[in-house]
Amino acid sequence: MKEPIVIRAALARAGFTLDVDLALPPRGITAVFGPSGCGKTTLLRCVAGLEHPHAAHIAVQGQVWQDSAAGVFLPPWQRPLGYVFQEASLFDHLDVRGNLEFALKRRQGNGGGAGTGLRSGSIDRTGTGTDAGGGFELPALLSMLDIGHLLARRPHQLSGGERQRVAIARALATQPRILLLDEPLAAVDVARRQEILPWLERLRDELHVPMLYVTHAADEVARLASHLVLMESGRCLAAGPLAETLARVDLPLLAGDEAAALLEGEVEEIDAHWHLAQVMFSGGSLWIADSGLDAGRVVRVRVLARDVSIVREPPHGSSIQNVLPCQVRAIAPAGHPSQLTVQLACGASLLLARVTARAVHQLQLAVGDRVWAQVKSAALVG
Amino acid sequence: MPFARDDLLAIWLTLKLAASTTVLLLALCTPLAWWLARTRSRLRAPVAAFVALPLVLPPTVLGFYLLAAFGAQGWGGQLTQALGLGLLPFTFGGLLLGSVLYSLPFAVQPLQYAFEAVGRRPLEVAATLRASPLDTFVHVVLPLARGGLVQAAVLTFAHTIGEFGVVLMIGGNIPQQTRVVSTQIYGHVEALEYGQAHWLSAGMVLFSFAVLLALARLNRRSTRLFG
Repeated sequence: MKEPIVIRAALARAGFTLDVDLALPPRGITAVFGPSGCGKTTLLRCVAGLEHPHAAHIAVQGQVWQDSAAGVFLPPWQRPLGYVFQEASLFDHLDVRGNLEFALKRRQGNGGGAGTGLRSGSIDRTGTGTDAGGGFELPALLSMLDIGHLLARRPHQLSGGERQRVAIARALATQPRILLLDEPLAAVDVARRQEILPWLERLRDELHVPMLYVTHAADEVARLASHLVLMESGRCLAAGPLAETLARVDLPLLAGDEAAALLEGEVEEIDAHWHLAQVMFSGGSLWIADSGLDAGRVVRVRVLARDVSIVREPPHGSSIQNVLPCQVRAIAPAGHPSQLTVQLACGASLLLARVTARAVHQLQLAVGDRVWAQVKSAALVG
Repeated sequence: MPFARDDLLAIWLTLKLAASTTVLLLALCTPLAWWLARTRSRLRAPVAAFVALPLVLPPTVLGFYLLAAFGAQGWGGQLTQALGLGLLPFTFGGLLLGSVLYSLPFAVQPLQYAFEAVGRRPLEVAATLRASPLDTFVHVVLPLARGGLVQAAVLTFAHTIGEFGVVLMIGGNIPQQTRVVSTQIYGHVEALEYGQAHWLSAGMVLFSFAVLLALARLNRRSTRLFG
């Protein structure tokens, strides 16, 4: 069992304070989500040592990077991390190969950098790369991010998406214990984002490096993350496993029209005649539009709260294909006074339903009631 | 042969002085310009103003104070004597000292602007790629600021070649020791040797023009590369 990633940091600036206390799982992608200016980037910079919080304790995989109480502060260059900046950050004076080699040469224990004090004895070398194997070697990185054909190019000859792929490969070339990504797709146009997301999924599935992923795009969170940190005004509003946190009804930040539950399941069967795929998840199954899925594939399905309605009895003669037995877990206000959000437990999974307050009154819905959820539509997110 | 032996010696001495000054100033000013570009210290403004002084002071003022300080009675003179260097005025060492001070802003300012233009981001990126501060300076900052380095070198070299007041004051215009092209021209004119003065002066005009042309070319190229 690996130790959690501990991030405790307090930092005060004119008009802004950051105050967080997090223990994050040392695997998968943790999305740091919140509106602009909420301190997401500052949080990431604290982890990297690029900011000096006045009180902080930062430990990654059992290694203390910062502990104000004990006077410990490892400078950024002694922290085994990878950082992908929001905008293009490739070195202009080097081509793509030079940029990648810059990182490779300075990898821990590689002794590169020509005697510039790289051999810091404070970082133990055991464990680095043992679980990731050759995933961090140049050929693997080139193929994983499909940048092998770009090696001789200069940064200004690359598209925004290519630049970020090279930047990600460069960050990984240092063999980091954690990868910090600061809105890596923000500077990439919307069409290209869909091209980069699969690369990030590959990294997540193949490299086993925990990632902290700062974003304000809900679709990126739904698609990539396994854990969610929700931030507002420098504070952490909620942190927890993604599906569980997204289905919470007590978080105004998530209560808008886009409120949705996320289900992870496996493609069970394909109805070739009607172009539908059945996704099994803990608690039931959903038929969704088949976009060329293979049976056995693990997928994520996003169900918007406004697409779910509640009935007391299983309906007859309904056009709705997905009807799931559930239990009411919570009922909470949803912005407008006419609306309520109902949290439903469907086996071990959670669903949200956006219904009118009058309907809740008429059905006399209460926590603990057994009901049926009618799901009008569900969308595949990855 | 348009140049007499004296002229050639003056040219040789001038080139030697300019080259030494350039090497010395680049070595001194790189850390100084880096500090000026990065510091938030309250000393920044006074130091920057001090560095810029030679731009506005008459060279004779600079030369006079150098003469006073490094003469036998001055504190600098006591120091150089105690160090076994003897007295600097009227020697090549004195010329070099004067040139270094006189050309200081021409080395510091292009370097400082180039370092400022590099910005903070490349430094942060390098740090997250495990580069120590020194490593970052050598392998990221200097290559990114190379336009400023070349500019500083060219300007320092050219400016040193063109100086007159300071070298006259502290050098004393001693043939073969401290007589450079500009003072040689002055000597020719005083002796009414207009022909000789012409050859040297025309050489200076051509040289200066070539330097400015090269700088303009260089600037255009670096804007194209990094703009």
